[in-house]
Amino acid sequence: MTEHIYNLMFAGVGGQGSLLIAEITSIAATQAGYDVKQTEVHGVSQRGGSVETHVRFGEKVYSPVVTPGEADVVIGLEKLEALRFAHFANPSGGLILANDFEIIPGSVAEAEKKYPHQALEHLKDAGYSLEALPASGMARDLGDVRMANVVMIGALSTLLPIPLECWQKALRVRLPARYLQGNLKAFSSGREVLLERQRLGEFQQSPIAE
Amino acid sequence: MKELLLGNQAIARGAWEAGVKFASGYPGTPSTEVIETLAKRFPETNPRWSANEKVAFEEGMGAAIGGLRVLVTMKHVGLNVAADAFMVFPYAGTNGGFVFLSADDPGMHSSQNEQDNRFYARMGKVPVLEPSDAQECRDFTIAAFDLSERFATPVMLRTTTRLAHHKGLVEVGERQEVQQKEFKPDPRRFSVPIYRRLSRPLVEEKLEAMRAYAETCPLNRIEHSDSSVGVVTSGISYQYVKETLPNAAVLCLGMTYPLPPELLRDFCARYETVYVVEEGESFIEDTMRAIGISHVRGKEIFGVIGEYSPGRLRKSLGMGDLPEPAGGDGAALLPRPPMFCVGCGHRTVFAALKQLKVIVAGDIGCYTMGALPPYEAEHTTFCMGASIGTAIGLERAGHEKVVAIIGDSTFIHAGIPALIDSVYNGSKLTLIILDNSATGMTGAQPHPAAGKNAGGEQAPAVNLEAICRACGVENVAVVDTWDRVGVVRAIRKAVYHDSPAVVIAKGPCQMLPEMRRREIAPYYVLEELCTKCDACFKVWCPAIIRTENDFPKIIEADCTSCTVCAQVCPTDAILLRENSQGDRFLQISEDSIS
Repeated sequence: MTEHIYNLMFAGVGGQGSLLIAEITSIAATQAGYDVKQTEVHGVSQRGGSVETHVRFGEKVYSPVVTPGEADVVIGLEKLEALRFAHFANPSGGLILANDFEIIPGSVAEAEKKYPHQALEHLKDAGYSLEALPASGMARDLGDVRMANVVMIGALSTLLPIPLECWQKALRVRLPARYLQGNLKAFSSGREVLLERQRLGEFQQSPIAE
Repeated sequence: MKELLLGNQAIARGAWEAGVKFASGYPGTPSTEVIETLAKRFPETNPRWSANEKVAFEEGMGAAIGGLRVLVTMKHVGLNVAADAFMVFPYAGTNGGFVFLSADDPGMHSSQNEQDNRFYARMGKVPVLEPSDAQECRDFTIAAFDLSERFATPVMLRTTTRLAHHKGLVEVGERQEVQQKEFKPDPRRFSVPIYRRLSRPLVEEKLEAMRAYAETCPLNRIEHSDSSVGVVTSGISYQYVKETLPNAAVLCLGMTYPLPPELLRDFCARYETVYVVEEGESFIEDTMRAIGISHVRGKEIFGVIGEYSPGRLRKSLGMGDLPEPAGGDGAALLPRPPMFCVGCGHRTVFAALKQLKVIVAGDIGCYTMGALPPYEAEHTTFCMGASIGTAIGLERAGHEKVVAIIGDSTFIHAGIPALIDSVYNGSKLTLIILDNSATGMTGAQPHPAAGKNAGGEQAPAVNLEAICRACGVENVAVVDTWDRVGVVRAIRKAVYHDSPAVVIAKGPCQMLPEMRRREIAPYYVLEELCTKCDACFKVWCPAIIRTENDFPKIIEADCTSCTVCAQVCPTDAILLRENSQGDRFLQISEDSIS
């Protein structure tokens, strides 16, 4: 076990299940024997607001809060939120893992026009290391668009020193039995997409481990 | 065995392990999960939601005098409500262990103000324990009961948002069965106002004894080092100090009132530079200066406003700046302002108020969002129950048509005395009670008019209409909150009445488990009938989006079948899915109104 403390920032919109996948990640890290801390920040609304969840794991973790510029991975479940929290990524070696998916804010006038549709291109141009995948589309193909969050941690799992069986156990612990099979498939599909890109050399980022 | 627990869950766990047999509270961020966890996992602690924090405190006081170990929970402003009981209880002192949680909210994530309740503890002369992580949330809760019984005093357990709402690994233990203490009726002790002069010196004696105890209290942890820098800290700030100044010596105060003068002097004398890092006001720092420790730097560099974080400490100490947001600052980036949930019953009420152009005094709950665009139909909000009193005052100041708006839980909490006053003193105000059978903003907990107790079992439901009539209000109307026209008519009629009138807008919160789990027959837009008049967009439902061809589209997975968009559509282009089971939603709504 290295002394590195892994910093993860999960950014999404209320209702997308970013807190759930942060919890699954925390449980998986616990299963792998790490010390873990997690915290979330959300506004007063139950749905539709920005939700940020911080997860840190390693040998001994003090603060539950991830500092801007120190995240190993920013997991953006939505493009605008990926943009909003991109600066949490570590400029040397941090990655933004983004779901190529848009949720237009409901109560803002002319939100469609103001929405940064080019957010991911903008981040790449600004020098951020970014890997996008169509998690919502993949989840829809698997039968339920709501599983996009689990597709994302499938992809995330290829980047972290947490054994696959710990992830699978965490999914079993945290998800109701009737949703488990679908979500295990969603997890595998997210994982496969990133492993395939790594095999083809399209994606140079190696696991952050060790 | 270790469990991954939220700070609040760890407090609940600690209370259970400490043998608590009575727990009470009123929901409030960031304290709510304590009673929720007790209700879900530890029913033998007899947890309950009380009508308000004062009642919760008094119930707990009675149970503790009666000999049980008791936990009472509240957010920081809850102690304002309970302060009357809190200030007098130390004169009598407790019998069974009495611990109350004050969950402070620096950063005001879900609060109307910042308030450091350690000053209350100093005023009431009760000890304060501040855990610094989830493990200590469990450990200190148990220690608080021992301290409470050792000094026969109520004990404040103070947390802040990040401590309450972070998860960490917690080593847990088993429940200890604590013998109920005997209650000996003793008017000299428990009838404080009559015998106050006898009790008063005892309060001071006890405080001095606790101050002496603080010098060796094992909850105050010292980590010496070779560094020239020493840090005095408490609570979650300890974790930020360890991240930011890993080599500094640290005195982490687990007990922050009364403070140990000798321990502080001795620690500070060893280090050239001493920082005080505490979330909230300069509570520890002021005491340190008062006892003659002058080489201290605290609030002057770290500030009093908002939450602390490792990044903030780093900046304050001049150790480097943080990266700026990639999409520009918060203002430049498209925000996601808070808004009512899909199908929230409050929408129709605020749409009506906006249309009527009346002065609206608001209250504490989700409906504070009525002050925001697109409604901007709420003109004052202060604290629990304030809507009615404020409206009475606005009326006396010459404003003709004044409406007070309050949630059902908030009405029960602190609205009833003010409604009585409006009748008694001849007001003409209109009161709207948003009756959604839930304390919605904190996560739809039950309350005395909801028909359920904290454990989700059936409970008697007080009748809000009958309460209003018993207060002396003759004009009380009950409407289905999703009946758009009915809501407008009821409010208009009430506003033009020349005596107090109440409109109860009824319909369950969409966050209630039974509402979330029901099968929903969604609505959809038939584009052939749609004239793109945009009326449905003005419902401001997050489930209605615009297609590339400018038609409205309902996200059917999100639709709650509330019917309001269908009611406003002038061409009946919004229809119920035909292959569905019928309008389940309206059935529920009708049942709940009968």
